Amino acid sequence: MTDLTNLTLAAARDGLAKGDYTSVELTEAHIAAMASQRDLNAFITETPEKAIEMARASDAKRAKGDVGKMEGLPIAVKDLFCTEGVQTTAASHILEGFIPQYESTVTANLFGNGAVMLGKSNLDEFAMGSANVTSYFGNVINPWKAADGKNLVPGGSSGGSAAAVAGRMALAATGTDTGGSIRQPAAFCGIVGLKPTYGRCSRWGVVAFASSLDQAGPMTRSVRDAAIMLGAMAGHDPKDSTSAPMAVPDFEAALTGDIRGMKIGIPKEYRVDGMPDEIARLWDDGVAMLRDAGASVVDISLPHTKYALPTYYIVAPAEASSNLARYDGVRFGLREVAEGDSLDDLYMKTRAAGFGKEVQRRIMIGTYVLSAGYYDAYYNKALKVRRRIYEDFANAFGTVDAVLTPTAPSAAFAIGENQDDPVKMYLNDVFTVPASLAGLPGMSLPTGLSASGLPLGLQLIGKPFDEETVLRVGGVLESAAGFTAKPAGLEG
Amino acid sequence: MTYIIEGATGPWEIVVGLEVHCQVISKSKLFSGASTTFGNDANSNVSLVDAAMPGMLPVINAECVRQAVKTGLGLKAKINLESVFSRKNYFYADLPQGYQISQFDKPIVGEGTIILDMPDGSTKAVGIERLHLEQDAGKSMHDQDPKYSHIDLNRSGVALMEIVSKPDIRTPEEAGAYLTKLRAIVRYLGTCDGNMNEGSMRCDANVSVRRPGAEFGTRCEIKNVNSIRFVMQAIEIEAKRQVELIEGGGEVVQQTRLYDPRAGETRAMRSKEMAHDYRYFPDPDLLPLVFDQAFVSEIEKTLPELPDEKKARFMRENGLSAYDAGVLVADQEKSEYYEVVAKGRDGKLAANWVITNLFGALNKAGVDVAESPVSAENLGKLLDLILNDTISGRIAKDVFEIMIETGDDPDKIVAEKGLTQITDTGAIETAIDEVIAANPDKVQEIRDGKDRMLGWFVGQVMKSTGGKANPGMVNQMLRDKILG
Repeated sequence: MTDLTNLTLAAARDGLAKGDYTSVELTEAHIAAMASQRDLNAFITETPEKAIEMARASDAKRAKGDVGKMEGLPIAVKDLFCTEGVQTTAASHILEGFIPQYESTVTANLFGNGAVMLGKSNLDEFAMGSANVTSYFGNVINPWKAADGKNLVPGGSSGGSAAAVAGRMALAATGTDTGGSIRQPAAFCGIVGLKPTYGRCSRWGVVAFASSLDQAGPMTRSVRDAAIMLGAMAGHDPKDSTSAPMAVPDFEAALTGDIRGMKIGIPKEYRVDGMPDEIARLWDDGVAMLRDAGASVVDISLPHTKYALPTYYIVAPAEASSNLARYDGVRFGLREVAEGDSLDDLYMKTRAAGFGKEVQRRIMIGTYVLSAGYYDAYYNKALKVRRRIYEDFANAFGTVDAVLTPTAPSAAFAIGENQDDPVKMYLNDVFTVPASLAGLPGMSLPTGLSASGLPLGLQLIGKPFDEETVLRVGGVLESAAGFTAKPAGLEG
Repeated sequence: MTYIIEGATGPWEIVVGLEVHCQVISKSKLFSGASTTFGNDANSNVSLVDAAMPGMLPVINAECVRQAVKTGLGLKAKINLESVFSRKNYFYADLPQGYQISQFDKPIVGEGTIILDMPDGSTKAVGIERLHLEQDAGKSMHDQDPKYSHIDLNRSGVALMEIVSKPDIRTPEEAGAYLTKLRAIVRYLGTCDGNMNEGSMRCDANVSVRRPGAEFGTRCEIKNVNSIRFVMQAIEIEAKRQVELIEGGGEVVQQTRLYDPRAGETRAMRSKEMAHDYRYFPDPDLLPLVFDQAFVSEIEKTLPELPDEKKARFMRENGLSAYDAGVLVADQEKSEYYEVVAKGRDGKLAANWVITNLFGALNKAGVDVAESPVSAENLGKLLDLILNDTISGRIAKDVFEIMIETGDDPDKIVAEKGLTQITDTGAIETAIDEVIAANPDKVQEIRDGKDRMLGWFVGQVMKSTGGKANPGMVNQMLRDKILG
């Protein structure tokens, strides 16, 4: 680790502006950090040559006075975003070797704003998982270690992005969040992760998991950084029919540090049975910090919260079962077929070999809940409950400006834990899934450490398209919490 | 009209509903910007969306929506201001997404009506159940390579309108009339070219039989029949099969069947048990399709005169019979041709000439009215020549023969061949005198009261003048000379 890899995006931006260093220098430092921490397996594909080339171009651009919002800043890109000319796998064997001829809208926006890509970060296969253990390219290791030195999961599905940012391999990273895939790994790795409102960032060119839930967002080391990066990613895209035709506000300007008079809701349903004391304490501490900053904290009820997880595990697999039908061995990616095989043989062999167990499980769940005779009992019912969950929030937002909850029910756990029990694994998302179903912006930020010295995160949930309030409150909470801990070996 | 199959155990009635897929006329596909041009090199009209590359998303083509609404208005149907696109999931090599984006429980167009024009001049109303928009699949080619099937995605994603009738059809002829009328309507509207042999209009027929007036029987669906004639044959053959099956103690099983015109039979494709579970659900990549009444009204303003209205006008203004008017409006080009011929002339005479002489000649030559060697303007001129007594109806037929051969202007033909009718009394008188002089015995017969013989004299005079003498004048003058 060098000083150059320990900067926030905002600080690096200022350093570049002052000419303290060049984008090439900044990028080289991160390439070195990426290379020295390969054991964490945060990247599926490193693109150092492309990074240097982009950094050079950025320095030249800057010399001409053309400076984008992310000019010269090296970042990691979750390997779910299609990147032109660079292998895009979704961490699946079925897409191994797939090189898109197109650039996703979000990465195109970032690169258009001057960002430099260091590589494609690891994730759970097709973003399905909460521990980054389902990747065909191997699990990601959290830069934070357990007290006994055991390797921990980084959370998922954006585990590679979270590890890269926490491990100082990238100044920031893109993530995607379907049920918590930005926020939960951010919490596990002690960084900031913001899932914007559904429709804020284009889904065009992002490998689809569950179309009605998938949303791209920034993973950074500060709230300000999240604001900067979101501003460079977001925007209406006519190529995505679900992208909101709304102007992108100046998110950084929302960081006024003043939340006096704001109302923060504390949903009683999130205080689940068996919640660990340290999580409850973290939450209480957060409440106190916001109160001290002049906000009023009110108890609210989101009565349908307990149905969120089962609803999510109907809606998301249903959409996934259909979205993943295109991986059939006919046009791109893996193709498993022998002489004399039928078309059905091709499908079965390719998909059996190409998809991992968790992906297969979700395809089967999704196929089941959509099938004749079960559609009304599962999928249709889930859509109705989803509506109720949205209404819960809408009611709450009639009185409060934002909602504060824990991000995850625990700190990062050891690799191998929870793996034999999918339901236990799914419970990781219990606090993040409701905002996903409601399409609301949610941000996790680190506000404390567990008894064993691991980062814990709190989640702020905002009104639709009100990321500004989430960021404003988050900025205040961040200052008050003063979270400065770093993974062992990176303190400095 | 009733159509009854007399079985061994009594009479049976057939019940038919048709599902017609019409390829929408639009420059680009339903959800992508790729071209819809027919006949390009394989896989040359394919966008990233059509090939279902990872992360690609559909965006609705507003032109296809307008075409569907226009068609709905043409079918006098309810236009749904809010409709929903759903995914129909199944695996096939020419279906890149692994699902077809279609409309399931909320189609863009609801119930409407088609009026059938039957050959006897009667009409019958058949209900339209719905019209929805959906994507076409690509094309599988199994004859390109000994080991592999090839896929052409040019058609993948092209917009189709699926138009579903109510089970109101009771005879094969009605099915034929339904398809003819539907084709005429979409062609008038310019929303589908209606070419069944090119596959831009495809028909599935749901057929069942029942005792007259009883509950509906179990139906079989005959898939993808590609001509109106074959649809009529397939219905007839399938209905007979069902009657024989039931009367033989069997039971009709709901299944999908194929019509083999060469063998003259329908064959089972797959049974209900083997049927796909399409797992329809609303496509989360697309918002519900919503437009307002003003959008519909704008489209309504662009509607052309449709066959039913045109037929009524031809009957009302030109005095045509229902049958003649029906024949003329069945095809927009035919009706337009007729209108040029009839303009400012006797509408009935024009209809006779267009239907009997022109269509007869075109049928014999096997060409469409669009390729007619005789232009509507020239046929109109020919009628003028008859109406102003320049030529007789008899000569006109000869001139018409020449026009079919050469495409020439009738004025030119008449002038060049010297076919102008002789109305000069002197010339006619000379010819009459010659015939009278040569046939004194026959003259006497007439004078003795055999009036009928007068016709023979007229024929002789016409013959000697090469048919050019005005028959009315010949008749009158002969009468005057012999009997006067």
